[in-house]
Amino acid sequence: MHQRSRFDSVREFIVEKTVLLSGLASIVFVLLIFVFLLKEGLRTFGIVSLEDFLLGRKWYPISSPPKFGILPLIGGTLAVTVGATLLSVPFGIASAFYIAEVAGPRMKEMLKTGIELLAAIPSVVIGFLGMVIVAPFIGDLFDLPTGQTALSGAVMLSLMAMPTIVSIAEDAITAIPGKYREAALALGATRWEYICRIAVRAAAPGIVAAVMLGIGRVIGETMAVMMITGNSAQIPHSLLQPVRTMTATIAAEMGETVPGGDHYAALFAIGLVLFVITFFVNLVADVFLHKDRGTVQ
Amino acid sequence: MTTSSTSPAIETRDLNLYYGSFQALIDVNMVIQPRRITGLIGPSGCGKSTLLRSLNRMNDLIPNVRVYGEIRVFDHNVCDDKTDLVGLRKRVGMVFQRPNPFPLSIYENVVFAARVHKTAKGSDFDDVVERCLSSVLLWEDLKDRLGKSALELSLEQQQRLCIARLLAVMPDILLMDEPCSAMDPASTQGLEELIARLKEEYTIVIVTHNMQQAARVSDDCGFMLLGEMVEFRLTDEMFKIPQDERTRDYVTGRYG
Ligand SMILES: Nc1ncnc2c1ncn2[C@@H]1O[C@H](COP(=O)(O)OP(=O)(O)O)[C@@H](O)[C@H]1O
Ligand SMILES: [Mg+2]
Repeated sequence: MHQRSRFDSVREFIVEKTVLLSGLASIVFVLLIFVFLLKEGLRTFGIVSLEDFLLGRKWYPISSPPKFGILPLIGGTLAVTVGATLLSVPFGIASAFYIAEVAGPRMKEMLKTGIELLAAIPSVVIGFLGMVIVAPFIGDLFDLPTGQTALSGAVMLSLMAMPTIVSIAEDAITAIPGKYREAALALGATRWEYICRIAVRAAAPGIVAAVMLGIGRVIGETMAVMMITGNSAQIPHSLLQPVRTMTATIAAEMGETVPGGDHYAALFAIGLVLFVITFFVNLVADVFLHKDRGTVQ
Repeated sequence: MTTSSTSPAIETRDLNLYYGSFQALIDVNMVIQPRRITGLIGPSGCGKSTLLRSLNRMNDLIPNVRVYGEIRVFDHNVCDDKTDLVGLRKRVGMVFQRPNPFPLSIYENVVFAARVHKTAKGSDFDDVVERCLSSVLLWEDLKDRLGKSALELSLEQQQRLCIARLLAVMPDILLMDEPCSAMDPASTQGLEELIARLKEEYTIVIVTHNMQQAARVSDDCGFMLLGEMVEFRLTDEMFKIPQDERTRDYVTGRYG
């Protein structure tokens, strides 16, 4: 007996520490990545000032002398992100409400499976479909020289943001205590009045979090945008122009750089900027997710 | 709405209700007179909430519920599929066992019904809030913090707010399902006094598993057991000279 309980406590100790280590590992990895980005990227600011880097209007990394201004790339990311957000947020939130509040059990199962499948499509496939179908269509529709525009990217990326937005918003709506619905209906409200007046507000923190995580997904996406946004590093004035995002720039140019060179360091600095942006987007999402848990008693 | 004093507010005729294959109400017949407080008592699980919830068709929210018989509210059968549920629930409001104010401000809670039913607009909302909060004696306490979240109130205040929110619908009948069960004795007393006041304007049906409470607040009383309405009569008579042996056992405390 004595032996056995001792064995149990040792095993418990090992299991506990393993779980703790796995938990810590994720934090350690994030820190390591950040340190690595800093180490490789910070050198850029010996070549250009932070201001010229962030606000410089020219990205000519291989001309001589090279120009490392990422404003066009920030503009590209912004155009695609805003476009994708405008498309995916209304549809995403509407589907979340439909799934959580309106759909019957069979419909609900079907839609949730569909959303999961959408999330499972590799981004290169999304990019491919965008390239052969959506981009030419948009080119024809607006009579453009090329359909490879920020809009094409936004359309495809909105598809990729949808699963995140729908599933997280749906969770938030489903988590609303049933007593609110009961109270609303007992007061003679219809289901729609309950949704519009109570559920939207009760789930608001979760919905904001869903939107932020969707945006984070869009900002970080690379392959699809590289294939369909035209890869032109110019500051966009409308969604109908070709753009190049920060992610696409890193992916497209990293292979051509000399490790340790200026261009290489500048790409890492872009990575650093992306890291900071997505970090804050996720932080906001987290704050709201937390708030959500706070109000639902 | 005016109702002639002779016609009942609610009448059930051979009401039977099933949850799936389980029969929760068996041939319930009762007549609820307007402007009176009717208490429903009986041990836990005997069907009090089920009966109350069928009166404004809240059982519709539960799948697999089947209802047979008639429920007449101001002489209209509301078991009909064609019943206008919104209209029914506007006349027959409900206060729940646990206070359930919306996670909105105090003000927005009270005006919810006015917004939904478009019975007021603009500055009228302020009047609605003052009138309804005054009716539940909350106005003086809350008038300076109407913008605060309703969830910050004490349980008793939340329950009063839920009643105020319901009064804004201008119902005729108030159904209350153990409205004091989450309260301490002082809050319970406060709410009972409020309920007695509300009798002047509303017909009230109150479920309670607390016999003393039923004796204190109700005019008429129904005793239920295992889905049956064993006895339904004046509260005084019910407690002094119960006719049914089972009622006698219950009111003398032989059941839990
Ligand atoms: N949604 C439901 N599904 C199945 N059975 C239920 C449901 N609600 C209540 N019941 C059953 O119906 C009976 C009456 O319940 P209820 O009306 O809540 O009793 P009371 O309010 O008197 O305590 C109980 O036996 C209970 O288990
Ligand atoms: Mg009950």
